[in-house]
Amino acid sequence: MSSRFAIVVFPGTWSDVDWHHAITGVLGAEADYVFHKQTDLSGFDAVVLPGGFSYGDYLRPGAIAHLSPVMRSVIDFAASGGPVIGSCNGFQVLCESGLLPGALMRNQSLQFRCQPQHLLVERSAAPFTSMTKAGQVISIPVSHGDGNYYADPEILESMEANGQIAFRYCDATGAVTEAANPNGSLHNIAGVTNEAGNVLGLMPHPERVVEPELGGTDGLLFLRSMLDALHEHAV
Amino acid sequence: MPASQETLDTIALTRAEYDLIVEKLDREPNEVELGLFGALWSEHCGYKHSKPLLGLFPTTGEAVQVEAGQENAGVVDIGDGLSIVFKAESHNHPSAVEPYQGAATGVGGIIRDILAMGARPIALLNSLRFGPLDDARNRFLFDGVVRGISGYGNCIGIPDVGGEIVFADAYSGNPLVNAMCIGLLRDGELMSAAAKTPGSVLLAVGSATGRDGIHGASGLASRTFSGGDDSEMRPTVQVGDPFLEKVLIEACLEAAKSGHLEGLQDMGAAGLTSSAIECAERGGTGLEINVDAVPRREEGMTAYDVMLSESQERMLLIVKEGHEGPVSEIFERWDLHVSNIGTVTDDGIARIFENGKIVAEVSVETLVAAPRYRPGGTRPAYLDALHAQPLPSEPNPEMAGQLLLNLLGSPNIASRRSVYRQYDHEVQTNTLAKPGAGDAAIVRIRGTQKAIAIAIDGNGRHAYLEPYTGGAMAVAEACRNVVCAGGTPLAITDCLNFGDPTKPDVYYQLEEAIKGMSAACEALGVPVISGNVSLFNESAGEAIYPTPVVGAVGLLLDATTKLTAGFTNQGDVVLLLGDPTTGLAGSEYLAHEYDQVSGQPTIDLAAEASLQKLVVALADDRLLHSAHDSADGGLAVAIAECAIIGELGFVGDVPEMDRWDAALFGEAPSRIVVSCASTDADVIIRRAAELGVPAERLGEVGGQRFTIYDDLDLPLADLIDAHANGLDRALGTA
Repeated sequence: MSSRFAIVVFPGTWSDVDWHHAITGVLGAEADYVFHKQTDLSGFDAVVLPGGFSYGDYLRPGAIAHLSPVMRSVIDFAASGGPVIGSCNGFQVLCESGLLPGALMRNQSLQFRCQPQHLLVERSAAPFTSMTKAGQVISIPVSHGDGNYYADPEILESMEANGQIAFRYCDATGAVTEAANPNGSLHNIAGVTNEAGNVLGLMPHPERVVEPELGGTDGLLFLRSMLDALHEHAV
Repeated sequence: MPASQETLDTIALTRAEYDLIVEKLDREPNEVELGLFGALWSEHCGYKHSKPLLGLFPTTGEAVQVEAGQENAGVVDIGDGLSIVFKAESHNHPSAVEPYQGAATGVGGIIRDILAMGARPIALLNSLRFGPLDDARNRFLFDGVVRGISGYGNCIGIPDVGGEIVFADAYSGNPLVNAMCIGLLRDGELMSAAAKTPGSVLLAVGSATGRDGIHGASGLASRTFSGGDDSEMRPTVQVGDPFLEKVLIEACLEAAKSGHLEGLQDMGAAGLTSSAIECAERGGTGLEINVDAVPRREEGMTAYDVMLSESQERMLLIVKEGHEGPVSEIFERWDLHVSNIGTVTDDGIARIFENGKIVAEVSVETLVAAPRYRPGGTRPAYLDALHAQPLPSEPNPEMAGQLLLNLLGSPNIASRRSVYRQYDHEVQTNTLAKPGAGDAAIVRIRGTQKAIAIAIDGNGRHAYLEPYTGGAMAVAEACRNVVCAGGTPLAITDCLNFGDPTKPDVYYQLEEAIKGMSAACEALGVPVISGNVSLFNESAGEAIYPTPVVGAVGLLLDATTKLTAGFTNQGDVVLLLGDPTTGLAGSEYLAHEYDQVSGQPTIDLAAEASLQKLVVALADDRLLHSAHDSADGGLAVAIAECAIIGELGFVGDVPEMDRWDAALFGEAPSRIVVSCASTDADVIIRRAAELGVPAERLGEVGGQRFTIYDDLDLPLADLIDAHANGLDRALGTA
């Protein structure tokens, strides 16, 4: 049985089509759009919260979207162990909904940043990063104005201890430096998971680097890891 | 009672124009009617001074499906059941007053023009002009415009894939903000902004109507600035809501595909007035509008306010009679409100109702019959003086290296990375050539093997020095940029940015530039499919450089034949294609190093056409590894840019001229630097000869130094540093 991804569409979401193409056109799995007013996630094996400016980022990025009907179902889906990945605005929605700790603030530069970005993989683990190795440097572009990750010191400490830091911004050699940090994130954090490890939020856009002509294929590492985990699960 | 002078000044109509209205109506217009005339007879909507000249442009071609002037944007066929829709539009005056919102709403407006055609917007570009960055006001304008484009464009999910930025004194106080949008259309999905069938229903969707932007078209876009405090103009600038626009795009495209619409139209400049009246004009119908039904943002608005508001993010739907229900359902799903504001009639009259009473009643034909002016120009006296101005004496050749670094780091040539990294240029995941990679952006057309190459270009300094040639060069360079990406130019759009056309000097510039553009279009076989005119670009009585900006779109049948500018392989041979002869006329070198704008630029359009044909053919046959046109900064800068982008050095020579600085930095057009495998160089030179294009071997790619024999020898790292950080240094943020 082939795996089905739910791609959640809020008003203002714009990476939905890109994820759909990456999953169905490149990965060869199935995907359907789920409009934010829907609440039925039955039949889906994984949930994607794509990038964009849901509700124009008005009030705070993700602050209005997390109140959408679909998010109650996403929370239930995550609670039952289903994999949920949120990229860019999706990460912001996950933080606002409480599925992930911390918050994303304005970039320290106060400017939007769209650029290629090196990431240091902290953990190789199902369901999102099994195809990578801890310590591997991958390249996934960023494109955001509010990616400056913040969490209280004690929360941050427990996240580090629990292995919840998935990726850090780094340079081409893997060095985690201030110069390599595009937004001022604490500990250069680019992506985090929940304690159970089945919810991942990251600011970079894996769906943008799934074909060589677009400048890279490192994004496929995430998608293939997820597919692998879903197949394992199905067996 | 005849209108007072004060009233006429507010809507920017002359007394003679008012008298003409009275004559046509055979009575005095009332206040609302006069407002309608003020908007539709404004320079911005009525093209009073430009329409007779725009008729010179070639507008037809094999691939052209919708010609310039017929609809909100032009359309060209690219095969596979697909078409490309594109247009450029200026938002200069609003950006001069309030740069963030001026630029943001400029982006929003051009997107809605594409949307009105039923097309999915797939790319944005922009062409910007500012005064020098050492002035605080210019820095403020630059910062605000870039943030406005970033703030609006990023929110909406359309990649901003390219553009250009130029700084010159002539734009101090009067920046230029020209935005271009490209859309993709499937066969059978083309929408028309026409109300053809009496009984069809007018629905307003999107934002509620406020008092913002009243007199934007007439009062702001159609007059010059005093040079003093223009803050009183601020209420005429609108505020954008990109989120609403994003939702409007999705809902309108869904409605366009539903089969319930007869027409789709953007409410842009002059708001409901121009959008509705233009639809009636195109359809040969009349209409009735009930202003009470138009949702408002504030109380106490009059019919006049509602008809002339330029509130953003509003669209007008012309819905087939009885189909309002299903259309409303689509918009309500997106939480958008739909209002039934009127109907299409068969009598050719525009009737506006308020509280059940007619408050305006004028024939559509009369409303759109703005007078046409062709005041005639006089060749400006400055031309002969500048053509004859002596060149500075030839500098010491030891200066060559330093001069190259100066130019690479100058605000007009340095890398634009600090700007384009603020724009999302990758969303929709089709961007094959990103900003900074080559002469044109390349966007693939998913589901086909094809891609389009897009460039926007203009050189006000050249047009100032010789308006006809400058116009021709703008078309030639935009198309050459597309060619350097491997694309065959299909068509162009333009923004004509000029001063006050009632001045004979300015009118001469406008007329000559259009003639030069037309000649280039004919020579290169590219029609003009859309465009806009922005006149009265003056500050404190001084006109900007005459600045025709051209946006070109080209087709690559096979996306894998695409080219970018950077060198790709050690040992590749570097060739110059095109006549190497150049002087220093109008060069960035003279302007930057000597503060001198002089000389007479020239272009040979037949040679340009042959060059472009050659490079497309070589690209199609995969004989080239890179291509980059020699433009600002001349040949030395062009080769240096290939080296910088490719991070590979160069060793070679440039063709000798009567002065060494002209050889390095002269800006004759119609020259392209290419690199190729050493085994292919002879074939390329032979193919060039067959088309009568001069071709010359310049040198070789390799190493980490940049060497031009007898002139300069620098570490590549020094070039990269100057180029990468030049703009930040000029801004004082490096």
